[in-house]
Amino acid sequence: MDWVNAAVQGILLGGLYALFATGLSLVFGTMRLANLAHGDLTIVPAYFALLIINAAHFSAFYAIPITVVIMFVVGYLLQRGLLNFVVGKDMMIGVIVTFGLSIVIQNVLLLAFTANSQGLGAGRIGTISIKITDRLAIGWLPLIIFIVAIVVLGALQLFLRRTRMGRAFRATSDDNEAARLMGINNKHIYAMAMGVALGIVAIGGVFMGIRTTFDPLLGSQRLIYAFEAVIIGGLGSSWGTLLGGVILGLAQTLGAQAFGSAWSILVGHVVFILVLTFRPTGLLAKTVTT
Amino acid sequence: MSLLEVENASVYYDDFQALYDINLKVEEGEIYAVIGANGAGKSTFLRTIAGVLSPRRGRVLFEGKPVDHMATHMRVVHGISMVPEGRRVFPSLTVDENLEIGGYRKRPGPWTEEKIYELFPLLVPLRKRQASSLSGGEQQALAIGRSLMSNPKLILMDEVSLGLAPVVIKRIYDAFQTLLDSGTTILVVEQDVQHVLTVASHVACFLEGRIALQGRPDELTNEQITAAYFGV
Amino acid sequence: MNEATTSREGRAVRSDFTVKVTTRTNLIIAAVGILILIVAISFPFWSGTPLTRRMVDFFIYLSLAQFWNLLLGYAGIISIGQQGFIGIGSYGLWLFADVFHLNPFIAIVPAVICGAIVALPTAALVFKLRGGYLAIGTWVIAEVLRLIVANIKKTGGGSGITIQAATKLGTSVRVPGTYFWALGASILAIGVSYFLLRSRTGLALEAIRDNDLAAESSGVNLWRTRLYVFIIAGAGCAMGGAITAIHLLRVQPAAAFSVNWTAYLMFITVIGGLGTIEGPIIGTIIYFILREETSKYGEWYFIVLGLIAIAVVVWSPRGIYGYVVKRWNFFLFPLQRRVRFAGETVKRRQRGPSTGIDGPSTGIDGAAS
Repeated sequence: MDWVNAAVQGILLGGLYALFATGLSLVFGTMRLANLAHGDLTIVPAYFALLIINAAHFSAFYAIPITVVIMFVVGYLLQRGLLNFVVGKDMMIGVIVTFGLSIVIQNVLLLAFTANSQGLGAGRIGTISIKITDRLAIGWLPLIIFIVAIVVLGALQLFLRRTRMGRAFRATSDDNEAARLMGINNKHIYAMAMGVALGIVAIGGVFMGIRTTFDPLLGSQRLIYAFEAVIIGGLGSSWGTLLGGVILGLAQTLGAQAFGSAWSILVGHVVFILVLTFRPTGLLAKTVTT
Repeated sequence: MSLLEVENASVYYDDFQALYDINLKVEEGEIYAVIGANGAGKSTFLRTIAGVLSPRRGRVLFEGKPVDHMATHMRVVHGISMVPEGRRVFPSLTVDENLEIGGYRKRPGPWTEEKIYELFPLLVPLRKRQASSLSGGEQQALAIGRSLMSNPKLILMDEVSLGLAPVVIKRIYDAFQTLLDSGTTILVVEQDVQHVLTVASHVACFLEGRIALQGRPDELTNEQITAAYFGV
Repeated sequence: MNEATTSREGRAVRSDFTVKVTTRTNLIIAAVGILILIVAISFPFWSGTPLTRRMVDFFIYLSLAQFWNLLLGYAGIISIGQQGFIGIGSYGLWLFADVFHLNPFIAIVPAVICGAIVALPTAALVFKLRGGYLAIGTWVIAEVLRLIVANIKKTGGGSGITIQAATKLGTSVRVPGTYFWALGASILAIGVSYFLLRSRTGLALEAIRDNDLAAESSGVNLWRTRLYVFIIAGAGCAMGGAITAIHLLRVQPAAAFSVNWTAYLMFITVIGGLGTIEGPIIGTIIYFILREETSKYGEWYFIVLGLIAIAVVVWSPRGIYGYVVKRWNFFLFPLQRRVRFAGETVKRRQRGPSTGIDGPSTGIDGAAS
């Protein structure tokens, strides 16, 4: 039964990973930027939530909407203020700038909050669970996170397919010069995309802070998980990203179950390497003519 | 006041000068043809009007206002729309969505999606199809319709007949009059010299980044045009 | 090919030229360089141990930076996972020195070969990715290597292990030994870069850097060339790691495979100037000066490094040396081919490290710059 438990945990964890991965791939899809600071930008919202909770003394859940708005604004300003200078140029510039940004963010967080692990309190919700059978219980929190992840991903799809701005995202992603010729201000679109992406990962970041602990240096691992989920699922496919997240989550939890917790992350990496070796385009890759 | 005035415009790609002191006027309600051999600078010229490039020297005036350093997307707001070389429809969007994007900046005017489908009925059965699966002619019709959706005062067409069957080209040229009637002036770059000269009221022939010949087609001889085209 | 042809404007186009690579100024610089070399080689004999140890550090970083620069500046591969190879080199040194009981200085050689061997499957994997995602892919590989090593009990696990064979050498042997190895590694790195780039492969690499599509259509096998460079860089970084292991007497997964290595190398190469041999030299010097001044400030040190790297890359993508080249058209290492028309003195108009980084940038809204 521990295996089933581990599998369920893995799937629910996958929802969280899918949120992180979606942010990464939304930015990459729209502006071909691999944001190496992405992982750290999932830690930042947790620290914002921490400040809010300490100031306002309520449960972390209520901090989520506020943090989402803050991170949206942060994303918009970051893109317009810095990263727009990087889009369209040689991709090594993007890598170097975002890598430098990652280092700066991590060290600023270290200065402000020290390297200590922190946690976000959410009251009883963090501990209660649903009993499925005698030996299997699902925590309310992981379940809520998973459902929220699905809702968010669905909402993102609707946004991209049905709204004027969502169409503009897709057009810009297809051909940014032609998009400009249609009157689309790509500086603004890129900033909106980054804002939306960071808003999405803010949800994941705060949830994860409730579920487990966080510290300033965790961002690097988050980036790698997000990246692996994207690659496993397949570039260009949004439900693929969910699948990728779930598979990665499963690999980690089942790996821990099979070989011990020290090996769990490595098992995740191995699965990633296997997918990259045998199906480099990912499991649900969509091929779009470029 | 001409609709479009280009004054002594010189355009560079980094260190390479592509256009030398271009002077040109386009009047409202006309079809202005730009011809020339490959590499003469025709597309560069169009891209400068559209805002993809900016002249290093000289000015571009639209309705009397200088637009030479205005961002591309703002020129659409002011009424300039380009149908780019190679059509460049958005491959992952459907035909409907491509037209919707064309209307991202809605200006007052007669063009709506329904009107576009009236103009190009061949697109009607393709409405829900992804643009990448369309044929060359269908994509060209879509690209033109897309540009019309913003109700531009000046539409720039870059080699719209390239690679298309004669019957498709004819359909596109037949559409020109409807465009003019709706209040859109046309500036068209073409390889097919003979055909475009039958509809154009003015023509400019580019050669190696300069205008070698300018005038009304009925006042120019074939020999003059050939000479300007090939630079002999 | 000695006829003059007439272009349409009637100007004659010369066809009687030769292609030269070196000039007199370069020969003078070479002489100065040899002087510096003599000083460098004799260094441990007249300088104290602490200073020599600092120079070991310096030359290790310089050699690593040259290889990083070869990867990025010339083959267009952004690797943020070279620490994987550095770690392999460090642990390889431990393996061959402590487990197989080779003399530590000899053990460097098989450690380097380990780096080259690991580079092959790594390349096979990460080359399936592109650009920024390739970079993250290299990081994943480095992490995999770190996790594997950290989980093997025999290597000391997470807390690392001391290199007994290196400790047994004693300071008076170890310090000069590591110095000469580090100096040698730097010279080797510079030499490999220099000769690679002067050769046909070098022109191929420059072509790749400037334009993939053009390079391919002129017959350059893009990915095979990149593979060779990747393997060389892997071996080179392993060498740096092996020397570091002797130098520090200890290996530890968190340090040997730390992504901080990439941070330092990126900083050095970017500040100094990508795609040039002189760049990493300048960058390493600046890095060490900065380290002296600010490393005691911990996090601020990293923040400053990061901000400077971002600023340089955005404003002067070719780094400090690139700025020098642009301003004064001056090259230390004569790599650029100059066209010399018969009967003319050397023309000073020369292509510097060109497009790609600062090449036709049409900006965001298309206004050409």
